[in-house]
Amino acid sequence: MNPTTIPTVEQLLANMGQALQPMTAQQALMVGIHTGGAWLAEQLHRQLQMTEPLGVLDISFYRDDFTRIGMNPEVKASHLPVGVDDRHIILVDDVLHTGRTTRAAMNVIFDYGRPRSILLAVLVERNGRELPIQADVVGQHLQLTAHEHVKLAGPDALRLDILERVP
Amino acid sequence: MSTDLQYREDGELRHFLTVEGLKRDTLTRILDTAETFISFGEREIKKVPLLRGKTVVNLFFESSTRTRTTFEIAAKRLSADVINLNPNRLATSKGETVLDTVRNLEAMHTDLFVVRDAHSGAAYLIAQHVPPHVSIINAGDGRHAHPTQAMLDMFTIRQHRQDFENLKVAIVGDILHSRVARSQIHALNILGVPEVRVVAPRTLLPTEVERLGVQPFSDMRRGLENVDVVIMLRLQLERMQGSLISSQQEYFNLYGLTPDKLAYASPRVMVMHPGPINRGLEIASEVADGPHSLILSQVTNGIAVRMSIMALLMGGQAARRED
Repeated sequence: MNPTTIPTVEQLLANMGQALQPMTAQQALMVGIHTGGAWLAEQLHRQLQMTEPLGVLDISFYRDDFTRIGMNPEVKASHLPVGVDDRHIILVDDVLHTGRTTRAAMNVIFDYGRPRSILLAVLVERNGRELPIQADVVGQHLQLTAHEHVKLAGPDALRLDILERVP
Repeated sequence: MSTDLQYREDGELRHFLTVEGLKRDTLTRILDTAETFISFGEREIKKVPLLRGKTVVNLFFESSTRTRTTFEIAAKRLSADVINLNPNRLATSKGETVLDTVRNLEAMHTDLFVVRDAHSGAAYLIAQHVPPHVSIINAGDGRHAHPTQAMLDMFTIRQHRQDFENLKVAIVGDILHSRVARSQIHALNILGVPEVRVVAPRTLLPTEVERLGVQPFSDMRRGLENVDVVIMLRLQLERMQGSLISSQQEYFNLYGLTPDKLAYASPRVMVMHPGPINRGLEIASEVADGPHSLILSQVTNGIAVRMSIMALLMGGQAARRED
């Protein structure tokens, strides 16, 4: 796919915001996954004028490849400012690929309590799922080869890059 | 003591035996990772699945309450299975050697040993004889080192002071017998603290203590002048042979931390003690329970710091097993 045909992150966020608008009436709690998801959540949170504080999650301690590749050197603290019990949660991430990050993020949330529902909003949904997980709100669908990966650059001037993975 | 044993070829930590010879980056990473574990105390479920399926054996040949308990809590919060072995239950009292004990426990697929022993170098000896996927943490060996205690002290200092590079720290008391002091001195030096003082009667200072990178003082008031951190040490009466102090009352008069002596330090001084404290011997109750005291925060922080070290050692373990 030619990267020039992808709309800007700003445009994608505007579309996602529209799709998420109905959720704001339900006092949903927005939670971004470090690092890219947290940048996007911040913008969506502002755009939707949500009143509840924003949460951030680091999933490093819940990764399924910890015993194989070790600890992420830049692990950050998770912070959910409000209890999640019986709340609707909007989980925001930059790219949905294998689904493993989403699986880990849901486990983190459940260690804080029992939410009423979790909705997944991603900027990019790409092929390559390894788990039965799908997004509810998607900015852009991408079909990529196994060697390509898509990365969100930021936090200033958010930009999507499609890179060739060096074997 | 070789530090190569502590690092893997890829530069990650393999064992945690002594602070001496570790890189500043390693210490900072331990502190940063511990920071993320601190918030877990307030969660509904305080566990993370990081060490799920791993077996941690607390091998304490010397008694301990605080250290063993915080290691146990730390391992359990990381979802490991924990086995505690008490010295009197151990086969070593039936004549089995330490290494045979370890080999037997290893045959039960232990992933991490936390070792405390009255002999200097015990953890190091065990580390030399375990297979590549097994890690050792030194929880105190004789007079040599107590590196996790030093790291939790560094963590406590960093919680209250932004950087290590402008600090004056005084370690007061029984330096001679203290593995805690030795590990603290190495950690403070590696983290770039410009002024580390040791304050003690000459009889309780090791010979040539200056070579560790500290300034010795035998006058407590001069030693505490303008310091930002005072670390008091327990007088280890059980390790003392001969008369190193003339009397406990005189020791308290000269080196016990009292409000009037503390007044010589900086007004924002932090008072720390690795515990257990001897009230009225090395520290007055007014100070131990006073507004400058961080003694109980040290205990709380011990859990997060030990979680951090265990997590860093166990990361990538499966890959080593496959090698």
